[in-house]
Amino acid sequence: MNMIANWFGGSADVDARRRALLGIGSFLLPLLAWCLISYTPFIWHPKVLVTDPGGVDYFQVDMRVDKAMFKEEVANMQQAHLALPQGQPSNPIYLPAPDEVAKAFYNGFVNPPSNTDVPSMPASLWHSIQIIFWGFLLSSLIGVPLGILSGTYATLGRLNEPFIEFFRYLPAPAFGALAVAILGIYNGPKIAIIVIGTLFQQVLIIANTTRKLETTLIEAARTLGSKNLKLLTKVVVPGILPDLYRDQRILLGWAWTYLIVAELIGTSSGITWFITQQARYQHFDNVYAAIMTIGLIGFGSDLILARLGRRLFPWDRTQDRQ
Amino acid sequence: MNLMEPILPSYLDQSDAVRERFERIRQRETILEVRKLGKRYRSPQGEVEALRGIDFSVRRREFVCVIGPSGCGKSTLIRILAGLDKHTSGEALLDGKPITGPGQDRGMVFQGYSLFPWLTVKKNVMFGPHMKGEGNDQAERDAQLWLELVGLEKFADAYPHQLSGGMRQRVAIARALVNQPRILLMDEPFGALDAQTRAKMQSHLIDIWRNIDVTVLFITHDLDEAIYLADRILVLKAHPGEVQEVIEVPVPRPRTPGQFNSPEFRATKARLEALIHPAPEPLPEDEQAVKPHMIRFTDVHDNVE
Ligand SMILES: Nc1ncnc2c1ncn2[C@@H]1O[C@H](COP(=O)(O)OP(=O)(O)O)[C@@H](O)[C@H]1O
Ligand SMILES: [Mg+2]
Repeated sequence: MNMIANWFGGSADVDARRRALLGIGSFLLPLLAWCLISYTPFIWHPKVLVTDPGGVDYFQVDMRVDKAMFKEEVANMQQAHLALPQGQPSNPIYLPAPDEVAKAFYNGFVNPPSNTDVPSMPASLWHSIQIIFWGFLLSSLIGVPLGILSGTYATLGRLNEPFIEFFRYLPAPAFGALAVAILGIYNGPKIAIIVIGTLFQQVLIIANTTRKLETTLIEAARTLGSKNLKLLTKVVVPGILPDLYRDQRILLGWAWTYLIVAELIGTSSGITWFITQQARYQHFDNVYAAIMTIGLIGFGSDLILARLGRRLFPWDRTQDRQ
Repeated sequence: MNLMEPILPSYLDQSDAVRERFERIRQRETILEVRKLGKRYRSPQGEVEALRGIDFSVRRREFVCVIGPSGCGKSTLIRILAGLDKHTSGEALLDGKPITGPGQDRGMVFQGYSLFPWLTVKKNVMFGPHMKGEGNDQAERDAQLWLELVGLEKFADAYPHQLSGGMRQRVAIARALVNQPRILLMDEPFGALDAQTRAKMQSHLIDIWRNIDVTVLFITHDLDEAIYLADRILVLKAHPGEVQEVIEVPVPRPRTPGQFNSPEFRATKARLEALIHPAPEPLPEDEQAVKPHMIRFTDVHDNVE
């Protein structure tokens, strides 16, 4: 039960529907703002998209010029009695309209480019997902056991946590050059950056989660005859499992935030390479489509993991709050 | 005191039946022996002497309650006996052997909910047998049996969070008893329950105790509960925790809720009250600092009493 929400009114069953509506609204509002800016010429539109250059020699079709400059040229042409340039108000090239981005999104997945120089969006994404997967897996293989042990055995915790606490302030990208020197220019250093970015937080967070396990549960287990390894595997691990799972979900989100820097290291690859290439050709609709796809994958996978968590841990009451 | 009331008998007066019963109890072997037990906690504020020179023993199948004001060391005592804390002086013997750590020969029921939330009711009860190395089938049969004893066989596959407070404590009792401990240690197990549930649980506990070979050491701060349940009551005082008196409860068995008004019951209660609330306890400092200044916010004529 969410206390704070209750203080501000609203009962549980009305909340479920209202929460769903508000959730949809939280996406619709920014979309609406974007539509307004894109489709209503009088709101922003600081540029003019030239449809007919008229007598202006340096104007070209599809060129975007400042409004003031366009007006000046219209005046110039009037004075010179030449053909007037034609154009329509438009936004800068870096702000494409929603329908353009939607088209780019659709084309990105349905008609990937035939040109082999340009990476396709699905292939780039798949490469990125693999980097995340291996980085997060490696980090978890070390971080989860170490975190649980540090949280369970105070001595071990005191032995490694101060160092980890120090290390986590070292920015992961700073190790980029080193990682390339050691691991080459392909996937190795990228996975290493994800690991460096995730692992140290992971140990600290999981150790903390482990320490928050109700001591009564451990004491009860001890009076029932369990000790040492059994205590760890039969009480500590199952006891923290729902919280551990939640921590892992949050950490996976962090791993994604390290992806872009990781992919810039060595030979640029994955979705980052796709984005930089598209930006170079000023295909900003593709850039937005790619950024949003990252968001959708991250958000979507977290939603699925949250659902899965509810199935995996039916006894976990804290999930009712989410 | 009300003049109409007959003068209470002394709590020391025992009917023949009760005296004979205590004679019989004294014939039985000693299960738990505590000698000159002391406990000092070292804390950043300095040393706290939680227990000093605790001396008592419990006979087989005796029901002993420990009562005392909050902070007198009741939990400390029972945790030492359970092996969860170490005493700093004296000794505690179970069947003549010193207690050095937790063990299946002592079962413990905690005040807070200590059930494993990730295990169903049955699996909670099977935990002890599994730790003993029992196979799944044997553990399941044992669990089933003890769940029937506490009346929860229908809830075997429920999770603890689906149960009421009283039911959870029943599971906790079954979980402790399935190991067939020599002594059942209970630290205010019914303290968080509502009055009605608590009364039910008390009767149920007596039923269990009557039917199985177990000795009970039960901590409470509820005087009625102590008198209703106990053969003997160990009264502790605080700062440091010391035994003030060991009272043999003169209320005959079998006990019924109807006895709450019997002269023996009231005499014992009067004695406990005299021991436990001799003078109003000074409030802790932070409570003393709170001095509400009442201001009238309603109409002067709008009175509620
Ligand atoms: N871990 C601890 N560290 C320091 N002091 C403690 C600790 N546990 C209990 N105490 C102190 O020991 C005394 C007895 O506590 P406790 O056994 O919990 O009392 P009770 O259960 O009778 O309320 C109290 O004064 C308490 O502050
Ligand atoms: Mg206590």
